[in-house]
Amino acid sequence: MSIAWYLVVSALIFCIGAGGVLVRRNPLVILLCLELMLNAANLALIAFARMHGNNDGQIFALIVMVVAACEVTVGLGLIVAIFRRRLPIDVDELRELQG
Amino acid sequence: MSTIVFFVAAIGAIAGAIGVVALRNPFYSVLALVGHLLSLAALFLLLRAEFVAAAQVVVYAGAVMVLYLFVVSYIGGGATQLTPGGAPLRAVAGGAVLALFAELAIAVLGSGLKAIDSDGAPYVPGFGTPAQIGEALLTKFLFPFEVASLLLLVAAVGAVVLARRRAGTTLGDEPEDATRWITPRSLFTGTMAEAVGGPHRAQTEPEPVEELRS
Repeated sequence: MSIAWYLVVSALIFCIGAGGVLVRRNPLVILLCLELMLNAANLALIAFARMHGNNDGQIFALIVMVVAACEVTVGLGLIVAIFRRRLPIDVDELRELQG
Repeated sequence: MSTIVFFVAAIGAIAGAIGVVALRNPFYSVLALVGHLLSLAALFLLLRAEFVAAAQVVVYAGAVMVLYLFVVSYIGGGATQLTPGGAPLRAVAGGAVLALFAELAIAVLGSGLKAIDSDGAPYVPGFGTPAQIGEALLTKFLFPFEVASLLLLVAAVGAVVLARRRAGTTLGDEPEDATRWITPRSLFTGTMAEAVGGPHRAQTEPEPVEELRS
């Protein structure tokens, strides 16, 4: 398969993730959609690494996975803190940035 | 053969992505994301990224998704019924997404990269193996590697600080009693009776052994 096919799949997954971030209102699902977007970027990076026959893009993808894991831990910590305070788990309701 | 595998994996990845967005229950969304990640790992294997595919399955589809499942079952994702969203917002979001996809498709199909229509560079044995990735991580990319470890540490500490129990922030929680921790002996060296909530015997009544001595 040519590299362009992988890039089209990557673009499609990225768009689905972006649409999920815009439409869904549960912060957990928004985090999942962010994961989708990061994974689409990973697919593009690895496709380009294959195209150039160079490992550097794969290293970039690994670092992206590390950053995604950090984002997940902090995001889930925030969600647990929101749940502890009995606030609604809905990004439309969480408007105030005050403690 | 690789064409069949590509289409099966690509359809699986896209279906998983649609499942993440479309399913009502966050629990099923997480499961759809697991399927998506596994399909993506198959695509990585087709692109000769063996180590990244293995890391994707073990770390991402394994560990990170288990963390998600724990949090979803902790907050009881399916129970909270959200109010129905506005239809105008959906229309605007759909339009924005379609425009984004058109832009990306134009960028991919109209790019001047000559190799983009080929199957990639000729395969060199050892490309994408753990040996090559590890060597690159520890020589050429040593600084990003160390920064990544620092970032993981900061994220772990930050998650603990964010999600810890704070007095007064939880409803029905009695305010923190500082004297609770003041004990006659040093902390966490109590008896088993104290551990199960019994009275402080050393304080309330004298030990019978000492009476015998006097």
